[in-house]
Amino acid sequence: MAQVYRITEQCSGKSFECEAGQSVLKAMEQRGMKCVPVGCRGGGCGYCKIQVLAGEFECGKMSKVHVPPEALKKREVLACRVYPLTDLTIECRPPSQPGLASKQTKTTALR
Amino acid sequence: MKKGVMRPGHVQIRVLDMDEAVKHYTDLMGLIETDRDDQGRVYLKAWTEVDKFSVVLREADEPGCDFMGFKVVDEAALVQLEKDLVDFGVDVEQVPEGDLKDCGRRVRFTVPSGHAFELYADKLYTGKWGINNVNPEAWPRGLDGMKAVRFDHCLFYGPELAAVYDIFVNVLGFHLAEQVLDGDGTRIAQFLTVSMKEHDIAFIHHEEKGKFHHASFFLETWEDVLRAADLISMTDTSIDIGPTRHGLTHGKTIYFFDPSGNRNEVFCGGDYIYPDHKPVTWQAEQLGKAIFYHDRVLNERFLTVLT
Repeated sequence: MAQVYRITEQCSGKSFECEAGQSVLKAMEQRGMKCVPVGCRGGGCGYCKIQVLAGEFECGKMSKVHVPPEALKKREVLACRVYPLTDLTIECRPPSQPGLASKQTKTTALR
Repeated sequence: MKKGVMRPGHVQIRVLDMDEAVKHYTDLMGLIETDRDDQGRVYLKAWTEVDKFSVVLREADEPGCDFMGFKVVDEAALVQLEKDLVDFGVDVEQVPEGDLKDCGRRVRFTVPSGHAFELYADKLYTGKWGINNVNPEAWPRGLDGMKAVRFDHCLFYGPELAAVYDIFVNVLGFHLAEQVLDGDGTRIAQFLTVSMKEHDIAFIHHEEKGKFHHASFFLETWEDVLRAADLISMTDTSIDIGPTRHGLTHGKTIYFFDPSGNRNEVFCGGDYIYPDHKPVTWQAEQLGKAIFYHDRVLNERFLTVLT
């Protein structure tokens, strides 16, 4: 049996299990949960950005546009590329950062 | 093709991990690796394409699209189009022959949406892959995965659609096939063609410049699209949406992501366009149906997940 870690998302209070070697986003999707938005699942679009508040983890390759070095220092990373090494507490902030559509775009207004 | 721009010729896509990307574009999508260069770029083509490559992968720390290139009929047309672009006030940059292997000189320019495009007249003609040009068989054996037929078009997201329209239609000779208009009559999506295809390139309005929505590859049949969906599941590839049908263009489609998060489409069908066809218009309040004809609802991801 693979090691299993518990991931807790602070804003929603939801938690789910994640196997070692599995990304946090994939584990969340497999369990039918929606506390982090799902984008490309490839570290490219920045849609699943979270901050890891507690716990240790490894990261796969992520777009430098969405995770510049200063973000990485603050443990602001993409859930699709976060592989837990311990239980994690994460926070998924409401989308207001650059890289996500601004509220004023016409495409946004159409939704 | 009235100004000599013939067809989409290539797209250069940035990927985070080259090995993973090559595996995706060859094993899953069925493109064929044709070369590599000393910058580490990998050259690929679909089997029906007659030139040496149509997709170039470049490893970078940020995914997305570097540029899309259009092939023009000959050098004289290239010279004229370059002059027309300059006269229109577009800054052009010269990319010398051989910068992309076995490709002639390219004229590069950036349009106000923030996307870079190129025109070129020459690329090494290698013929269709795996079949002869004399008494050809129907298809070659040994194709992998989805067996993509050709690189077909790209969709870009960015601002200044009217200015982009002016360059593509008035300078480069594209034809507006379909559009989406908002309540004020502002065009928020434009599907442009230089051929009988319903689009060779498309733009959707977005505040941020230079965003890449997808590169699309043609398949012959709906059965092929369903088979592509099976392969996406078999390989645990990140899916976006589909199989479904678009209202815009009426193509039958599935969207998924490469391992770096760049969106890909494979599709079949789609309307045909002659130069006397008037643009088809979708109203913005019908955008859900325009994009996903069956669900009639947009998924958030289609509008916001970009590289």
